[in-house]
Amino acid sequence: MSQNFRLENGGLINRDKKISFKFNGKTYYGYEGDTLASALIANGVHLIGRSFKYHRPRGFFGAGVDEPYAIVQLFRNGETEPNIKATEQELFEGLVATSVNCWPSVNFDIGAINNFLRIFLPAGFYYKTFMWPKSFWYRVYEPFIRKAAGLGVASIKHDKERYEHKYEYCDLLVTGSGPSGLASAYAAAKNGARVILAEDKARFGGSLLTSEVNIGNQSGKDWADGIIAELKGMKNVTVKNRSQVFGYYDHNMLVMSERLSDHLPKTKKFHPKQRLWYIRANEVLISSGSIERPIVFGNNDTPGVMLSSAAKEYLKVYGVLVGKNPLVFTNNDSGYETAIEFKKHGIDPIILDTRKDPHSEIIEEAKNLKIDIKFSHVVVAAQGYKKVKSADIAKISENKEELGKIENIKCDCICVSGFWTPTIHLASQSGNKTKFKEDIDAFVPGISKQNEKTIGAANGSFSLDETLKSSFEAGYELSKKITNKDNKISFPNVVEKKSTVHDKFWCVPLPKGKSYKRFLDFQNDVAVSDIEIALKEGYRSIEHVKRYTTLGMATDQGKTSNLNGLQLVSKIENKVVPAVGHTTFRPPYTPVSIGAIVGREVGKHSKPTRKSPMHSWHEKNNAVFVDAGVWLRPRYYKRGNENLFEASKREAKNVRENVGVCDVTTLGKIDIKGPDAAELLNRVYTNAWLKLPVGKARYGVMLREDGIVMDDGTTTRISENHYHMTTTTAQAANVLSHLEYYLQLVWPELNVNVVSTTEQWAGAAIAGPRSRDLLQKLFPQLDVSNEGLPFMGYMEADLFGVKAKIFRISFSGELAYEVNVESDNGNFMWEKIMEVGEQLKIQPYGTEALSTLRIEMGHVAGSELDGRTIPYDNSLEGLLSKKKDFIGKRSLSRKAFVADDRQKVVGVVPLDKKTSIPEGSHLVKDSNAPLPNPKLGYISASCWSVEHDNPFSLAILKDGKNMIGEKLFVMSPLKNKVIPVEIVSSHYVDPKGERVRS
Amino acid sequence: MLHIKCPHCGMRSQNEFSYGGDATVKRPALNKDVSDQDWNNFIYNRKSLRGKHWELWQHLSGCRQWIKVERDTATHEIFKTLKANEEIS
Ligand SMILES: [Zn+2]
Repeated sequence: MSQNFRLENGGLINRDKKISFKFNGKTYYGYEGDTLASALIANGVHLIGRSFKYHRPRGFFGAGVDEPYAIVQLFRNGETEPNIKATEQELFEGLVATSVNCWPSVNFDIGAINNFLRIFLPAGFYYKTFMWPKSFWYRVYEPFIRKAAGLGVASIKHDKERYEHKYEYCDLLVTGSGPSGLASAYAAAKNGARVILAEDKARFGGSLLTSEVNIGNQSGKDWADGIIAELKGMKNVTVKNRSQVFGYYDHNMLVMSERLSDHLPKTKKFHPKQRLWYIRANEVLISSGSIERPIVFGNNDTPGVMLSSAAKEYLKVYGVLVGKNPLVFTNNDSGYETAIEFKKHGIDPIILDTRKDPHSEIIEEAKNLKIDIKFSHVVVAAQGYKKVKSADIAKISENKEELGKIENIKCDCICVSGFWTPTIHLASQSGNKTKFKEDIDAFVPGISKQNEKTIGAANGSFSLDETLKSSFEAGYELSKKITNKDNKISFPNVVEKKSTVHDKFWCVPLPKGKSYKRFLDFQNDVAVSDIEIALKEGYRSIEHVKRYTTLGMATDQGKTSNLNGLQLVSKIENKVVPAVGHTTFRPPYTPVSIGAIVGREVGKHSKPTRKSPMHSWHEKNNAVFVDAGVWLRPRYYKRGNENLFEASKREAKNVRENVGVCDVTTLGKIDIKGPDAAELLNRVYTNAWLKLPVGKARYGVMLREDGIVMDDGTTTRISENHYHMTTTTAQAANVLSHLEYYLQLVWPELNVNVVSTTEQWAGAAIAGPRSRDLLQKLFPQLDVSNEGLPFMGYMEADLFGVKAKIFRISFSGELAYEVNVESDNGNFMWEKIMEVGEQLKIQPYGTEALSTLRIEMGHVAGSELDGRTIPYDNSLEGLLSKKKDFIGKRSLSRKAFVADDRQKVVGVVPLDKKTSIPEGSHLVKDSNAPLPNPKLGYISASCWSVEHDNPFSLAILKDGKNMIGEKLFVMSPLKNKVIPVEIVSSHYVDPKGERVRS
Repeated sequence: MLHIKCPHCGMRSQNEFSYGGDATVKRPALNKDVSDQDWNNFIYNRKSLRGKHWELWQHLSGCRQWIKVERDTATHEIFKTLKANEEIS
């Protein structure tokens, strides 16, 4: 198909490079430098989708970020992405896009029936109707809405693209490269400031690309090109195109999304698709420009009705005609620029100006060009369904309420200009108190909260001369403040046509007897009548009106609809616009892809992976790993076809019968030094620490101030003022912060230093009746007898030339030792243990066997110390010193904590000695009691006791101390299980603790 | 994201810090009788202030020092930061 609407020449596209693309299955051609929108318009395609609610035909309304209609589903390099604005998507070879919101096709859309049912779909319709009857919601309404609605389909495949995050600092961030952005960035850069200049579009220059102005002795565009080239060459300047600053957060943190590859057929190898910049800016100059405002009239959503500035941009940037028979409908001078541009290319436009008798240079120029201008005229309604075919126009009375005789004139597009709305989103996000500017009927930034200043059109300044002057000044002043330098550049001469005041007219009255839809919000199909209904029903706050009607709630965030919505509310309410106020602007200014927000933190990069020095040995020996916090720990070592249950049983059994070795490197380790170290331990642990001799370890429990158990572990006195503390794997970081808190803030008088040494030591626990034999073989020169190294003893020794620490401590309840060596020697130690242990039938054991061993011993761990239990609950009350105070002690006398029937840890055995008990199940007295069945407790941990060869669980049970011997029921509604059980002591194996002391 | 001036390290991003609650709460001295009411106030009762608030932060991924920060809870403005051993004035 040929590009019938492409001009012979002109535009900034590269006509030497033809590009083919597909839209809705049909192949078209465009040029390098086109957007999908400009290429489609060049091919005469104006029907691009269907509207959200009524499924009315949708075309193009703008030429950039403000586009409410032209949203497509994009296909690129085997991936698909929804919610892409055709006006922003740059054309690349092989681009494929399809319409959204239409089924079965854009030309015949079944949802368009909504358009004929629209009297039934007023504001709040969904709230009112689909609420009732409730059962209809799931069966009828929701499936219908889901099918009909949506702005495309998200891919369910893994996104193979790479997204990056970057953190950057600068003196000055300038958001937008229009005249104000360029002037201020240039002035600041020349004065030595570190500047970031961000431009959303591919091309720099903003309005200078489309306006007929001269700066110095150059055209506006040439001046812009020159400034950009110079800025790019400066070391203190970062210039970025395709980069949208979309969020202004606290403390001058701004976030910018840079689209590096979206304009290419595929992302280059090792390149990111997008990059999110977190920019901490000393100062921010917001030069985001302004967006043209529509005038509201009948059927103003018909394809072919578009912003006059967009029509001009398609002409000047892309060499594309949006129509060959254009009507320009304006209330200000901007429409004339578009009309003149048409005329220059041999097209005869008609201008309808709502003003009666305006005079300015540009109006004179249009008159001289013999353009047909009808003053005091309005478009009453656009005619045509899938494309504008004609317009009903009429003269309008001076009070703008009476329409004259309606006349129909042929046209194929209507270019609308209702004056300009400054883009104040970023300023508003920063906390700036915006103010209403009467002479432009729009809000502009007012009092700054952060270090930001808005310049140019974003600040309501629409004269280039004034904009450049104030922007040069702003860039210079800010940079002077930052750099203390004083290089002021001279200010260029500006030639522009002066314009006259606009007409505050914004909405064409309905002619008698007509009920045309007059749309305010084009993406969400919110019409004048919807707002009227909302107000009639009593909604007053603009925030409520917004939510009830969905005005401004679509993905375009009401960029073209907000102000007209406000005008309407104020008119009906007889208030002035500032009294109505605008809704809150929230980031992001434009949609940002989830991938960019997530960045590289996906898959295995979503958290760090910590591995012990013995990891590769575990891997080589068929370890199956489990996540333990950020650590990877062997869960079990698979032999043959063993499953988890079989392997862990074998490993645990071998510990009880022979000897096993477990990697305990992941335990938290904290080195504590200083003359007051013992005093610190005495305050943070519940038991007494002042008299622990050198060379001895002690088990301790730490509480939070509220009496809840925080952590447990052993601490060893290495020398007079030196202790080695161990924590659980999960609480290591919290315990360190906890100690630092008390040392720095509460007891600064204590002379103690604490530092984490978790990574410095590799640890192996050797446990089982034959562990002493193993230890003797590892340290032949050492006296490892029960007298030489008693329970809770500590020694330093030489392990085949490597420095080692030996602790006689036990988690399994067996005779056991823990050997630590410096991390680099971890693997050496492990291999020695395996080698020497072979004749003792050593087997490595994983966390599953470790759990089994501790559960049947009744040792509490993370599943009991779960942040809800006190020492008594865990049968740790014997460790509470009565003689001294400690953290959390005062809380333990709270009424609930000393209640007679307080919960306590118990053992649970199924009566049939066979059925495994699911963790998390509830304990109840009567399994047939009516619901809700009173819960007496819960199963905290379950295992298969290798000692008794039957299932065994630990539970936290109400009045646990008096429940031993009781018969209860375990109920697991999740697993649909009811198991009769007996409550027994939590110490199911070796209740007197003889083995560890043997 | 806040920008917090660590008195030891200088301006750092919020994600290097962890929040530690009200900095004006004083722990009752050890071995001292404390009434139920006073202890409950120390453990549980906090004012949810709107406006200036002295709070604790720990420079977790930096110098690991606990610091005191005066912040406006509504606007996030930070007025002053102090070292752990400096008294709030
Ligand atoms: Zn610091």
